[in-house]
Amino acid sequence: MPKQTVLELTVNNHPGVMSHICGLFARRAYNVEGIACMPVNGGKISKIWLLVDVAQPLDQMVKQVDKLEDVIVVERHDSGHEVFKGIAQLV
Amino acid sequence: MKLSGAEIIIKLLERQGISTIAGIPGGANLPMYDALGKSEQIQHILTRHEQGAGFIAQGMARVTGKPAVFFATSGPGATNTLTAIADAKLDSIPIICITGQVPLNMIGTDAFQEVDTYGLSVPITKHNYLVRSIEELFDVIPSAFRVACSGRPGPVVVDIPKDVQTAMYEFESWPELGCRNDCTEVLGAEVRKAAKMMNEAQNPVLYLGGGVIQSGASEQAVQMAEIGNMPTATSLMGLGVIPSSHPLNLGMLGMHAARYTNMALEQCDLLIAVGVRFDDRATGKVAEFCPQAKIIHIDIDPSELDKIKTAHASVTGDIAEVLKSLIPMLKSQDRSNWLDQIDSLKKEHPMIIPGADNATSPYGVICKAAELAGDDVIVCTDVGQHQMRTAQAYPFTKPRRWLTSGGLGTMGFGVPAAIGAALASPESTVLCFTGDGSIMMNIQDLATAMENDVNIKIILTNNNALGLVRQQQDLFYGKRYYASNYQKQVDFVTIAKGFGIATYDFAGQGNPEEMLAEALRKRGPALIHVPISADEPVYPMVPPGAANSEMIGGENHA
Repeated sequence: MPKQTVLELTVNNHPGVMSHICGLFARRAYNVEGIACMPVNGGKISKIWLLVDVAQPLDQMVKQVDKLEDVIVVERHDSGHEVFKGIAQLV
Repeated sequence: MKLSGAEIIIKLLERQGISTIAGIPGGANLPMYDALGKSEQIQHILTRHEQGAGFIAQGMARVTGKPAVFFATSGPGATNTLTAIADAKLDSIPIICITGQVPLNMIGTDAFQEVDTYGLSVPITKHNYLVRSIEELFDVIPSAFRVACSGRPGPVVVDIPKDVQTAMYEFESWPELGCRNDCTEVLGAEVRKAAKMMNEAQNPVLYLGGGVIQSGASEQAVQMAEIGNMPTATSLMGLGVIPSSHPLNLGMLGMHAARYTNMALEQCDLLIAVGVRFDDRATGKVAEFCPQAKIIHIDIDPSELDKIKTAHASVTGDIAEVLKSLIPMLKSQDRSNWLDQIDSLKKEHPMIIPGADNATSPYGVICKAAELAGDDVIVCTDVGQHQMRTAQAYPFTKPRRWLTSGGLGTMGFGVPAAIGAALASPESTVLCFTGDGSIMMNIQDLATAMENDVNIKIILTNNNALGLVRQQQDLFYGKRYYASNYQKQVDFVTIAKGFGIATYDFAGQGNPEEMLAEALRKRGPALIHVPISADEPVYPMVPPGAANSEMIGGENHA
């Protein structure tokens, strides 16, 4: 299995944001293995966690994500993230 | 103050300084049109197709550098705009498309003329909005302008449901204007590293693109070239940054470059890429592009750096700002050995322009029009052989005077973009080089040209074929000309007459040079019909996917 990492995005919370994020990965042919999303305090921002393979153009993808107008912060967790450990127990 | 959403939209556009909007009304944007009809500041250009409106906005934005706005209704109105928006995305042009949408409570019900404009425009815009309440207009409209022109410019779509347009809203003050954000600071260490590499290079070449023009840094770029005596190639989008007649100019690089240009790039030891994105039509086979060179890449968009080619040094920032700190660090050098080497390349492998002196030939008509057009000229093209010939042969002098669909390569760009250019710069002569394939893809807007009496001169080289497709079939598909020759001829002169446009036919009676001179002398729209042979390829040509060293044709037999 290729090495995986988790991107944690802080984004504006509105109905179009997910399509911006997912569309970006899809049209640049970059596979997303896992995805989780929750509003922060039910408010104006959300957190999105993406589980992705560490393939060669990941830096390029991070730069592309960072360019999206609705993305406020991008963090990279190379040692994984609790969110997906929790989800893993459900599947 | 209490105003409707539509009135608020129009007022916000006026406050942004918008004076011309192209578009077409329909059910879902009629409230906006009703408000627009009361505007004294904004002139509306009614087009015959929404794609035409999009390219008119592009023509205005490319000439002025400022965001331009166009309107379309929901459904088919919105889908018709998509090509012009995608085109603006690839060439980084700031346009704002405002579409009507069905009322909020009908979204998702497959209502009449409902389409998911937001979803359709996600991949082809820099950013897009679906306005869900009248209050949001105060944020979204200024934001649309800020996004369109900040950083790397690009298109923005604002989709506005009809009930948002008709709602009333009471408010006290207008929001701040949407303006260009300041760019992030240029890092001194990055600039110093680039300067050191440039000072140490023996055989450097500058590779300048549309980003230099966007940044208003053309003069600085030429200054940089002159200080270091660095030969300068441009991308298709960068034509006009350096005058064609400049001794350091190498012209356009890539698929249809002069032989000496691609050969100089083969030999350079340092490539300084500024405001470019290493497009495949420019680089050819990337692994073999500039094989001996280290690369410096300067761009405002960090995601362009190391995307196609990994740079040895990169500088992120607005090019004008970068060059402001870079230029004082450059040592003045004569580089006579390298310039001698370039000179002999130019002598041994010159750009061959067949029929340059014959105004009825595909190249000659471009050269003659350039000669007759005077200084205040904007050159616009469609897409195909005529476009590449113009890029190769036209004597460019200034930036923002060359309008062409570079990234998307959209046939149909020419006529409406030329109309937009003429609206933005009414004193100029706008030359629009087109072909019989391309003009058909937006021919309806000849009516818009006639109605607005714009000063565009459409020079139509007609080979009754899709010339560049046919050329590929000739070279790479065993001369099997399938679906690239039209079976019968269309009478373009009669068509143009029908649209109420002055016509000049090189196939008819009279002296072609005199006809061209008269067409350019008289103000207003004109079509000059130039019949040409379909068997005149554009050379040199690098086969798609091949290295730029593998050029076909255009050899010097002198």
